[in-house]
Amino acid sequence: MRYLPLTPDDRAEMLGVIGAGSIDELFVDVPAAARRDGFVDLPMFAGEMEVERELAALAARNVSAGSAPFFCGAGAYRHHVPASVDHLIQRSEFLTSYTPYQPEIAQGTLQVLFEFQTQVAALTGMEVANASLYDGSTACAESVMMAQRVTRRERAVLSGGLHPHYVATTETLARAEGMDVVHLAAAIDGEDAVIAAIDAHTACVVVQTPNVFGTVTDVSRIAAAAQAAGALLIVVTTEAVSFGLLRSPGEMGADIVVAEGQSIGNALNFGGPYVGLFACREKFLRQAPGRLCGETVDAEGRRGFVLTLSTREQHIRRDKATSNICTNSGLCALAFSIHMSLLGEVGLRRLAALNHQRAREVKAALTGIKGVEILTPRFFNELTVRLAKPAAEVVEALARKGVLGGVPYSRLAPNAGLDDILLIAATETVTAEDIAALKTALTEVMA
Amino acid sequence: MSMMNTVGRPTAPVAASDHIPATLTGGRGLLQDEALIFELGGWDKTGVDLPEATDADDCLSGLLRDSPIGLPGLSEPEAVRHYVRLSQKNHAIDLALYPLGSCTMKHNPRLNEKVARLAGFADLHPLQPVSTVQGALALIDRLAHWLKTLTGMPAVAMTPKAGAHGELCGLLTIKAAHEAAGQGHRKTVLVPTSAHGTNPATAAFVGYSVTEIAQTADGRVDLADLEARLGDHVAAIMVTNPNTCGLFERDIIDIARLTHAAGAYFYCDGANFNAIVGRVRPGDLGVDAMHINLHKTFSTPHGGGGPGAGPVVLSAALAPFAPAPWVVHGAEGLELLEEAVGEAGAAFGRMSAFHGQMGMFVRAYAYMRSHGADGLRQVAEDAVLNANYIKACLSDLMSPAFPDGPCMHEALFDDAWLEGTGITTLDFAKAMIDEGFHPMTMYFPLVVHGAMLIEPTETESRGELDRFIHALRVLARAAKAGEAERFKGAPFHAPLRRLDETLAARKPKLRWRPEAKAPRAGQ
Repeated sequence: MRYLPLTPDDRAEMLGVIGAGSIDELFVDVPAAARRDGFVDLPMFAGEMEVERELAALAARNVSAGSAPFFCGAGAYRHHVPASVDHLIQRSEFLTSYTPYQPEIAQGTLQVLFEFQTQVAALTGMEVANASLYDGSTACAESVMMAQRVTRRERAVLSGGLHPHYVATTETLARAEGMDVVHLAAAIDGEDAVIAAIDAHTACVVVQTPNVFGTVTDVSRIAAAAQAAGALLIVVTTEAVSFGLLRSPGEMGADIVVAEGQSIGNALNFGGPYVGLFACREKFLRQAPGRLCGETVDAEGRRGFVLTLSTREQHIRRDKATSNICTNSGLCALAFSIHMSLLGEVGLRRLAALNHQRAREVKAALTGIKGVEILTPRFFNELTVRLAKPAAEVVEALARKGVLGGVPYSRLAPNAGLDDILLIAATETVTAEDIAALKTALTEVMA
Repeated sequence: MSMMNTVGRPTAPVAASDHIPATLTGGRGLLQDEALIFELGGWDKTGVDLPEATDADDCLSGLLRDSPIGLPGLSEPEAVRHYVRLSQKNHAIDLALYPLGSCTMKHNPRLNEKVARLAGFADLHPLQPVSTVQGALALIDRLAHWLKTLTGMPAVAMTPKAGAHGELCGLLTIKAAHEAAGQGHRKTVLVPTSAHGTNPATAAFVGYSVTEIAQTADGRVDLADLEARLGDHVAAIMVTNPNTCGLFERDIIDIARLTHAAGAYFYCDGANFNAIVGRVRPGDLGVDAMHINLHKTFSTPHGGGGPGAGPVVLSAALAPFAPAPWVVHGAEGLELLEEAVGEAGAAFGRMSAFHGQMGMFVRAYAYMRSHGADGLRQVAEDAVLNANYIKACLSDLMSPAFPDGPCMHEALFDDAWLEGTGITTLDFAKAMIDEGFHPMTMYFPLVVHGAMLIEPTETESRGELDRFIHALRVLARAAKAGEAERFKGAPFHAPLRRLDETLAARKPKLRWRPEAKAPRAGQ
């Protein structure tokens, strides 16, 4: 077995040193009723070539995004990732290290986290950011729990533009904690509706921009209304590239910003692993979930970095912790940070503008197709259209024509009664030929 | 092209000298100091070539950024050098044994990295038409089959994103099952004092109160104390097995029996499943729910702190309440049930967007498939053998916390052997760094004073184990010989000396700020 270095002689000698007659003696504490002598009913050991062949065959049964004109978004976006990013994250010292519990021999990971936190704080326009959470949806749920701790109130208001999976994830956790969750009806351009739902018990309002329908919203009014009522404004973004073009949530008055960071540095990966971005005002820091990396000095006064404020965390506080989170999304955060360092401000702005341009080109191409009505008033790189046929059927028909044409809203929320709604995203990876193919295929399907 | 002529100029060692001159520029040989990107990068520089876009649409007027973001850019050579230099300040399992107990730092096969990057997995959108992702769903289905077979459990929830997230999923499943049975009044979770911090944190997070269960002198759950604390108010117990002392819970079948008799569920923390995989099925022990850390037992890379993956296997009683989405077999192939509908009608909700850590699933499946039923059993046996070998080779100098009987995959020592030396577990750990090893887990589990928890894993060769044992024996003798200064100031040979964690917490500095040092003007 290629991954197991011990030889039969090693094993025999080591048992001798231990003073055991057989390996079974080391498992003596297992109750007799639960001991299994034979192998479980699964295939035996396989060579590298055999395993690679099986997995390649499975992969070949999928239509990869890059093999077709591709317009899916709705919380996961296909962007070009520079080759150096994937090379660097596979450095042994990054890939095969653990959480930086011994900072003297983990400065590589720790400095990256410090740089990552600074990048995330800058992008979101917030004072501080953490070292990442699992993904955008769990970061959203965590932020609502945090608002409960900060305000000691029990009610959360979620906008009708919040991604339905984020709603479900947040409701699941918040309800377990005994919170009262109000989810407003789906609305293409209705983030402001949360204002009317704020009351004296409201811990937070959660809005998304660009929202799940692609609509960009100035949340300043919502911030003012929430804060006047003693509630926090949580702003969610599922497309981190949008930070390059749009005013940051921090500038518009957000108290907490959470985002899905997959767009930068990370592949689609069929939904995971991704990287949750979390940023907030400094005054709320002690209630923040997840790991934080901070600057300090070593015994000789040299700058160094450590995990800090861990008295919030489960391994110290146990049942009094701010969250049960143990791990973060380290390697995905590294990929994000490397890609962001390569882009820089200039590259990110250019990338974001290019995304917006492609979406405008899609809008122009779809305008006038019979049975297709464009609904999103202000968009970044994603548009919502109403179709004269069920969107799920249209998407299947487009797939049969070799076009991955978007995400039917019914896929995210089967019971919302919005079966005619289709979400169409366009990133820098979309070409003029792709857009022409979408136009042709959609025209045919809608005819 | 000409070869450099070295003939006649061979290098040779000069006479040894006690005096090591300081370098003239502050250099430290090949170990490069590295500034922050904010001090290195240019504000007008980018390492990505993109075309200029046309101006933004009028629809976004008033919504566009009109102030600088504050992000430096690096060209590709600068970026590569920055991150390679930083990487060299990290310890890694690829460099040497990484004996963090309970963390399972084993070799990460590179085949798994290769197959996870196949376009048919990595370049798949989670919401593509289901007809275009049948291979991906088949992979999830096959991985689920392996996990269910290895654990002897009938169902598995695949979506939790890490071990602690799996615990959350398990307890939410249990909560849903109790509520469905009119048992919603059960609000207490019993947790042994030796548990991972995530156990009580998770229980509290979902609104349960936590009661600790006592431990016996031989490091196991105190059955009498458990029995006394069980009752109609108890929703579940959370027990790690093998436990955090590295010991198999001998009474585990009785623990399950008593728990079930009291109407509670048995949640098993599966962080240490790697010690028994292929030899013991948790389903045969009476477990109702158990998360499996794919990044531990099935060797997906730890990546400096994630991403992990924590699928939860479930008993028949709990299976109906597993969260959405479910992968199910339908008339036209595999299907995804993304809400509480159909077979998944009793699903308690959703753990996260999309379908779980697919990238980790591919790696874990490749790992399992490579080892097979025979290899996985050997994994557990070699992990346990290596831990017992270390225990046997160090017990004369250090004090094993539980000397009687074998340990499982990790050997636990306390600090009794350091008494009178003035050296602490922390000092000893830092001195290990100077000898070229990552320290073991320190001060955990909490039930053992000055705990040192050593987990070698099965992927260490006899030679590397002996090298590690030799280093610890030499260090232990030095500690007992009173060489305190070697320990108190350690590490001396790491990229940095001991760091001031108190300062970091007292005056938190969590981001670079421009006033700290003026950036170089745009380059």
